[in-house]
Amino acid sequence: MAKESELTKILHQILEEAYKAGIEKSEEKRSGTLMHVDQTTLYSKVNESFMGKLELMDTKEALQRYSWLDNYRWKLVNRDKDKFTKKVAEDFSGGYFIRILPNAQVIFPLQSCLMITKTDLEQRVHNIIIAEEGSKAHIISSCIQHSGVEKASHLGISEFYVKKGAMLNFTMIHNWSEQTLVRPRSAVLIEDRGEFVSNYLCMRPVKDVQMYPVAYCNGKNSKVSFNSILYGHEKSLLDIGSKAILNGKGSRAEMISRAIARKGSNIIVRGMIEGNNPECRGHLECRGLIMDNESLIQSVPELIARKKGAEITHEAAVGKISEKEILYLMTRKLSEDQAISMIIRGFMDVGIMELPKALNEEVNRIVDFVAQAN
Amino acid sequence: MPLEAVSGKVKTVNLLEIEDLTVEVEGKIILSNISLRLKDKESYILFGPNGSGKTTLINTIMGMPFCKVTSGKIKFLGEDITGKNVEERANLGISVGFQYPPEIAGVKLSDLLKLYLGKDSKDDFSYEEKKLIEAFKLTDFLERDINVDFSGGERKRSEILQMIFLKPKLLLLDEPDSGVDVESLKLISNEIQHYIENTGNSAFIVTHQGGILGYIRSKHSCVLLKGGIHCFADPKQTYKTIKAKGYEECVNCQERITEAW
Repeated sequence: MAKESELTKILHQILEEAYKAGIEKSEEKRSGTLMHVDQTTLYSKVNESFMGKLELMDTKEALQRYSWLDNYRWKLVNRDKDKFTKKVAEDFSGGYFIRILPNAQVIFPLQSCLMITKTDLEQRVHNIIIAEEGSKAHIISSCIQHSGVEKASHLGISEFYVKKGAMLNFTMIHNWSEQTLVRPRSAVLIEDRGEFVSNYLCMRPVKDVQMYPVAYCNGKNSKVSFNSILYGHEKSLLDIGSKAILNGKGSRAEMISRAIARKGSNIIVRGMIEGNNPECRGHLECRGLIMDNESLIQSVPELIARKKGAEITHEAAVGKISEKEILYLMTRKLSEDQAISMIIRGFMDVGIMELPKALNEEVNRIVDFVAQAN
Repeated sequence: MPLEAVSGKVKTVNLLEIEDLTVEVEGKIILSNISLRLKDKESYILFGPNGSGKTTLINTIMGMPFCKVTSGKIKFLGEDITGKNVEERANLGISVGFQYPPEIAGVKLSDLLKLYLGKDSKDDFSYEEKKLIEAFKLTDFLERDINVDFSGGERKRSEILQMIFLKPKLLLLDEPDSGVDVESLKLISNEIQHYIENTGNSAFIVTHQGGILGYIRSKHSCVLLKGGIHCFADPKQTYKTIKAKGYEECVNCQERITEAW
């Protein structure tokens, strides 16, 4: 008994693109959906069964409704940081405001989708995400561009607040076009026992993405994980970093990145862990596969310790696919090409992302889809 | 037993024939002038100290590109496979249970097992398959990345289980008994014996500890020393001699059998 989804009211062509980026067709499986197309929020809806657990609306609407939101906006990201933040501070078209209410458990993912359908558009959004005390949520945000559009840019400010004992797992999937310039500027504040997991997947060609989100682990036993799976091809430039500032006692940071560069793409993976507390720990891991002689992978790990007792480590390995692994699989009847694709597929395993099973399968589906298309 | 007609007479074809094989690895001669013949439905034991070239022999039979055959021939079921690559040999029915298999991040043990069984990743294992996996104590390893953080014994169990699912005609095993606890050794050995009896396929097993001999019924063994094969005798007898007098005795011993099986 398939009930026609309200989402189908949105232009069919736009939806097709959204599905490709991971937007689930059936809203029953979702706690909520928000679509921001070009400069307007077209659709925001919280699934009935999650009413009272979370709020979802356009940031502009939220600013009108909640005066206290001024205490959150531009408090983690500096509006004068660079020309991109300045532009968004001058004028923005909205974005998403997501608030998971205290002690709410949102086990199904919330999906938000930012889309560009007009050539030469500069989309400027400001997102604010608040995980209230004791809440637990998984969010998927897909940024996509309609395939008919050539040149565009996306400037996105995101400020995350993870309050005491809250857990927020945020998965961002980027599907831009080869002509898009992307400048996300994100920061997160984590309070006592709070946990933030940031998962970033960029698998389609893009002109130029540069981002360096920062997590302030101020709370006692606060924890942050940054996981990235980057598949660079068709001359993409990906400059993806993450920074963790460990101020709290017992605070922890973990960064894992997997990068594959081919067909003239350049991937720079940066990571910085700053230990400012004598009882903090951090680990950074970067692995890169370089597939041809026209591409580049650069790993830039930076570890800073300011207190005796801070324990910060890193490991990095960049190179070609191991011959030994290929031969091993060939002894098991795989052809060389089959072995290589199995290793690449495994390399992009989303198991690192600490996703619940259902979501894991779904992100895997997206990775398979992209892997097959290539 | 496969047969072929030679000048009117019927002649049995050996499963594997190695003729006067010399092999170099990184420019160094590791095996020189080796000849061997293996038949089907048999287990063969290869003894040899560390560094004698046992693993190189296994890798050469499998066709690993770093083992360069400078002279001689390898025939599988009568066909010259010296020029064939690893995948081609695997598809003819040769496979290796490695001593040190590589770790592959993100590739799960279950992915590989399902591939061998011709199953889709979404398909489930059958009741019998599950029972076998359970017997190998690998149920908890199905969704683990292959060989990543596996102990020595776990790797051995995983390799042998993969072989049983893959069903090669010639199973090459590199020291399946080293670094394995008594219980696992018994399990692994019995399963190998079972496989040979049930399928009529053969195993060529490298050991230098002899632990597997108590469980595998084999009438044939040979000793590899300094790149050459010496003495083709009963495995238990050979092992007894090696234990009592060392490998050198296999070269000097008056009773050694130089005639290949």
